[in-house]
Amino acid sequence: MAFRVRGTTQEFRFPVWGLLFLALWMLPRVLGVEEIPGHNSHENQGFQIVTFKWHHVQDPYIIALWILVASLAKIVFHLSHKVTSVVPESALLIVLGLILGGIVWAADHIASFTLTPTVFFFYLLPPIVLDAGYFMPNRLFFGNLGTILLYAVIGTVWNAATTGLSLYGVYLSGIMGDLSIGLLDFLLFGSLIAAVDPVAVLAVFEEVHVNDVLFIIVFGESLLNDAVTVVLYNVFDSFVSLGADKVTGVDCVKGIVSFFVVSLGGTLIGIIFAFLLSLVTRFTKHVRIIEPGFVFIISYLSYLTSEMLSLSAILAITFCGICCQKYVKANISEQSSTTVRYTMKMLASGAETIIFMFLGISAVDPAIWTWNTAFILLTLVFISVYRAIGVVLQTWLLNKYRMVQLEIIDQVVMSYGGLRGAVAYALVVLLDEKKVKEKNLFVSTTIIVVFFTVIFQGLTIKPLVQWLKVKKSEHREPKLNEKLHGRAFDHILSAIEDISGQIGHNYLRDKWSNFDRKVLSKLLMRRSAQKSRDRILNVFHELNLKDAISYVAEGERRGSLAFIRSPSTDNIVNVDFSTPRPSTVEASVSYLLRENVSTVCLDMQALEQRRKSIRDTEDTVTHHTLQQYLYKPRQEYKHLYSRHELTSNEDEKQDKEIFHRTMRKRLESFKSTKLGINQTKKTAKLYKRERGQKRRNSSIPNGKIPMESPTRDFTFKEKELEFSDPEETNEYEAEEMSGGIEFLANVTQDTATDSTTGIDNPVFSTEEDQSIFTKVPPWLSPEETVVPSQRARVQIPYSPSNFRRLTPIRLSTKSVDSFLLADSPEERPRSFLPESTHM
Amino acid sequence: MGSAHSMSEEVRELVSKTGFSSEQIEQLHRRFKQLSGGQPTIRKENFNNIPDLELNPIRSKIIHAFFDNRNLRKAPNGLADEINFEDFLIIMSYFRPIEPNMDEEQLERCRKEKLRFLFHMYDSDSDGRITLEEYRNVVEELLSGNPHIGKESARSIADGAMMEAASICVGQMQPDQVYEGITFDDFLKMWQGIDIETKMHVRFLNMDAIALCH
Repeated sequence: MAFRVRGTTQEFRFPVWGLLFLALWMLPRVLGVEEIPGHNSHENQGFQIVTFKWHHVQDPYIIALWILVASLAKIVFHLSHKVTSVVPESALLIVLGLILGGIVWAADHIASFTLTPTVFFFYLLPPIVLDAGYFMPNRLFFGNLGTILLYAVIGTVWNAATTGLSLYGVYLSGIMGDLSIGLLDFLLFGSLIAAVDPVAVLAVFEEVHVNDVLFIIVFGESLLNDAVTVVLYNVFDSFVSLGADKVTGVDCVKGIVSFFVVSLGGTLIGIIFAFLLSLVTRFTKHVRIIEPGFVFIISYLSYLTSEMLSLSAILAITFCGICCQKYVKANISEQSSTTVRYTMKMLASGAETIIFMFLGISAVDPAIWTWNTAFILLTLVFISVYRAIGVVLQTWLLNKYRMVQLEIIDQVVMSYGGLRGAVAYALVVLLDEKKVKEKNLFVSTTIIVVFFTVIFQGLTIKPLVQWLKVKKSEHREPKLNEKLHGRAFDHILSAIEDISGQIGHNYLRDKWSNFDRKVLSKLLMRRSAQKSRDRILNVFHELNLKDAISYVAEGERRGSLAFIRSPSTDNIVNVDFSTPRPSTVEASVSYLLRENVSTVCLDMQALEQRRKSIRDTEDTVTHHTLQQYLYKPRQEYKHLYSRHELTSNEDEKQDKEIFHRTMRKRLESFKSTKLGINQTKKTAKLYKRERGQKRRNSSIPNGKIPMESPTRDFTFKEKELEFSDPEETNEYEAEEMSGGIEFLANVTQDTATDSTTGIDNPVFSTEEDQSIFTKVPPWLSPEETVVPSQRARVQIPYSPSNFRRLTPIRLSTKSVDSFLLADSPEERPRSFLPESTHM
Repeated sequence: MGSAHSMSEEVRELVSKTGFSSEQIEQLHRRFKQLSGGQPTIRKENFNNIPDLELNPIRSKIIHAFFDNRNLRKAPNGLADEINFEDFLIIMSYFRPIEPNMDEEQLERCRKEKLRFLFHMYDSDSDGRITLEEYRNVVEELLSGNPHIGKESARSIADGAMMEAASICVGQMQPDQVYEGITFDDFLKMWQGIDIETKMHVRFLNMDAIALCH
């Protein structure tokens, strides 16, 4: 092998560090450092069995390694909660970058791997901004749009102008020594250092949970000021290259015009692409598997398009995300939606990690460092002071018009939260050294400013927020009443505005939502989605799900769901003993269960701070719970592979089955009301068929039930329930029904062929299956009844006209909310009431 | 604005009563005249002429609230047939934004006032309780804007909400305990932690927006 590792003597002992070092050492080769052509070549020795082709894989390999290093670093940081709770991750990453950069420097004395503007603007920034836009709380954002715009536009211009001019003034006084900078250079520098950075703000503010309004103002500002930054930067950049004496008034006017073109154009591009994206997702029903891809590709195209037209790319992708979210979320399937959510979070947080790490690495390069104490210190002072002054002035103006006043405390946090970040760095690196003589000074100052704001301010903002007792954001469960009242509120307010003849927020919102319902939703949403997209219904659905889960959990704790476990086998089969505290099975199961629930919830919260999806949490929790404690197959299932179809493997299907069973009646009752009788009948039919299927299965003598059939049958049905709606059902009924029959036929065939090799799961033996239906709790009972939520059964509000007495034990069967008395009291022990009510 | 001068005494009284500025009163008066067609009082039918209101699913409830004696602070129950300008202003004043210099006590009172208005809207038979029947009624109307939600699901949503209310307000109930409906105290409890005073307001402009409206 011709490839020799030069630096092996210096390699670290630990494998991870060794790998890391190897990666770092090889870095110089990636970017620009020329390899000796013959270095890797070897004499032709005929065919070689194994060849080492480093150069073949070099680039992607190193990129992958860097990502790995950054991700591993994140793991390490989070090993200690103490550290991460005090120091923001972004600061830690910068420090790590500095250390790694130092190691690279020590090894090679060439610092060539830096954060290049191309990589930053084309690959790292878009995911972060898209994430921000896609998860933007729209109502909050548009409610505060005026405030945000003022800060973003006027605030940024103010910052740029004052910082630039003040620095120029000080320069004239001669403190900075002899520099070849003109006024325009200072203004150029001011314009790039003025903008608050969305990446840094997000990174820090996500860890400091300030209240929503404050967050949206700072964050919105950081997103929207991009247009201003881009324009100011371009204007001054071209002025500098023109030369100060050639700048005319016409150019200044052009600059102002270009601001409007850039910002509005970017926004327009974003909206157009959002429209396109929504429209495309409307028709992806049959290509579910690539559905999430559209979201990313089309939004990315919006970014590139506006970049191509030299409009504000950040605004474009932000508004693309903001505008499409409603329709996309309604159109794509729940799985796709989860995929989009997680992928987006993953990309964004990965990009963020890399950005901060490379900010640190980039700083280790003596070539760029030009120290000028006065300049650097004064820049720091000016940007902080002018930001504070700007915020106070603008807030004073705004508070005259705002309903929710911005207090002094808010202003302090807003001034202090003005973090500068990678955007400024990337812009300063983009400067042309020939035109801007003191580029290096600008670069080093920018690095210092970024480090100072991210590390120092990021570190201190949390204690500051605590010390000032800034209103924190509260995490609140959705309540049905709240949603209902909120809806009533919107209508009342818009009505009052109508009556009093005012045109206000509510009037506009009302008109917009009417327009949205009548035109946009019809155009951009699937018909099925148009129906189910009612927030109140969603909350209702979520609460019902939650009830069911707590029911299962509680039932398990009480042992009343013992029927799920097989009595015919030893207990070990079903309960996973690898979890702690194996000795006290009965007690520990519930404890563990709760523990799991809570940890999973926490994780989810951390991941989705801005937008929480209960349903998703529930899915995870349930899945986890079920996987842990319910069906444990003895044999591996064969995995069907299909590139186009994501069939959840049999294992998962089984895991979900109990959950589905539990939920089905509940959902059915809900859906039957929602979707009309048609659906119910059909469901009933299918249900019967399923039972028939079961009976057929039960006739197999050896008790070894081929598991796929009921399970698959079941999931199939669930899916159909999930995604169909009356209209579509009517349209496709024949097709679907025949499909269903075919499917069942297939399953039956499977049954025949599989019965010998059938999966041998004791839990699923015939007796068990039957026992589920004989010991049925009410929500599983085959009769069609309207099953109320658990709370309904637990605590029925009494209304004389409807209920005689609605208690867990005795219920009026006349009431709509009544349920079958099939279950005995001990199956629904009263002692679990507290848990269910205090959720 | 010749009438402005002659009305000044009344206006001053109204200012102190409702808290609106004289410009706002002036403007609302113009609107009132427009609605009433020049008459001194407004009847229910007058509200039907507002085109924007037609799409509002809870239109009838809102219009009802304008004639509700409880909201007009006239009687503990019943409906007024017609309201004059002062009544109109009183109703409107429920939606005034909070003043920035209010102290805690005033804030609390303001909050209660607003909530009471809302409560009265739900409690249509003025017995001081929102019964399940009444709640269902409101929810049905509220969701009637969405053609895809049937009456049945509206009912079950109302039921769910009622149970939630019961669990918030009463906590764990005894088997033979009965929850008859949401009282105003319960209503306050449910709204705890939600700053209604910043939500329930309309920005009453001083300038004339009616011209833009039509």
